[in-house]
Amino acid sequence: MVENVLPASLCRCRYSPLIFDVAMTKPVQLEVIIPSNTVDGLSLQEQLVSLMEQFSYSTRDIFAMRLSLEEGITNAIRHGNKLSPDKSVTVFCEIDELRMRVVVTDEGDGFEPDAVPDPTLEEFIERPCGRGLMLMRAYLNICEYSEGGRRLTMERERNSPLPVLEDD
Amino acid sequence: MSKSDRRLDIEEISGVTVARLLEKKILDEANIEALGQELFALVDKDGRRKIVLDFTLVEYLSSAALGKLITMHKKVTTAKGKLALCSIQKDILDVFKITQLNKVLTLCTDLDDALSKF
Repeated sequence: MVENVLPASLCRCRYSPLIFDVAMTKPVQLEVIIPSNTVDGLSLQEQLVSLMEQFSYSTRDIFAMRLSLEEGITNAIRHGNKLSPDKSVTVFCEIDELRMRVVVTDEGDGFEPDAVPDPTLEEFIERPCGRGLMLMRAYLNICEYSEGGRRLTMERERNSPLPVLEDD
Repeated sequence: MSKSDRRLDIEEISGVTVARLLEKKILDEANIEALGQELFALVDKDGRRKIVLDFTLVEYLSSAALGKLITMHKKVTTAKGKLALCSIQKDILDVFKITQLNKVLTLCTDLDDALSKF
């Protein structure tokens, strides 16, 4: 029995066919190109999360990756491509029983991740923006920008712990 | 706004406005923007000053949603009111702790705990 994981209407895929064993014991690789709008970004996130479910990742792993996917893909669409209809976001995903790795590449001007202010500093704590990068770094084993800030590599291993938090 | 379009369910309990967030996933921008407008209207339009946000139903929220909560907190504080959040699921509570917003916002275990703050 086979299942088509992603609808053809959503994406262009360079790894074909998008047909996987339901048991999901074999690694899956796919590359999806979406336009610069957050509706398509959210649809893709849902599809990638469903892949994790098919690999029986825990609810905590899925929570962590869903949050990171939302931040990473939305940043690429909104801040990278600035919602331009002429630009696309390319998302490469690789998943197996041990880890999920997602590489998000936009066509924007890039940015310097180290220049993003620490949102937990007193002078920034009440700013309504700037927490996405911090959350990704907390929830992922790998959260690395390259290509001048235009490419984000996200990786989470199965059952990775969260950082130790106060009051835990 | 029709009932089905609402992101909040509003109830008055002993002079405190209890706003229950109805969305399980506060992730996409359109929903977050609409939620922000409903939240801010509680203060700016309705003039409410004692507000509890009940997170019982919420399973996911993004940093953009956190931004709306911070703006809401500032609006209520500027209006010399008080805002408390309650019934936050463990995964969401971790998000508040990671971003250290638990030091800025009043987070309560349940509705009774939140109401006792007013």
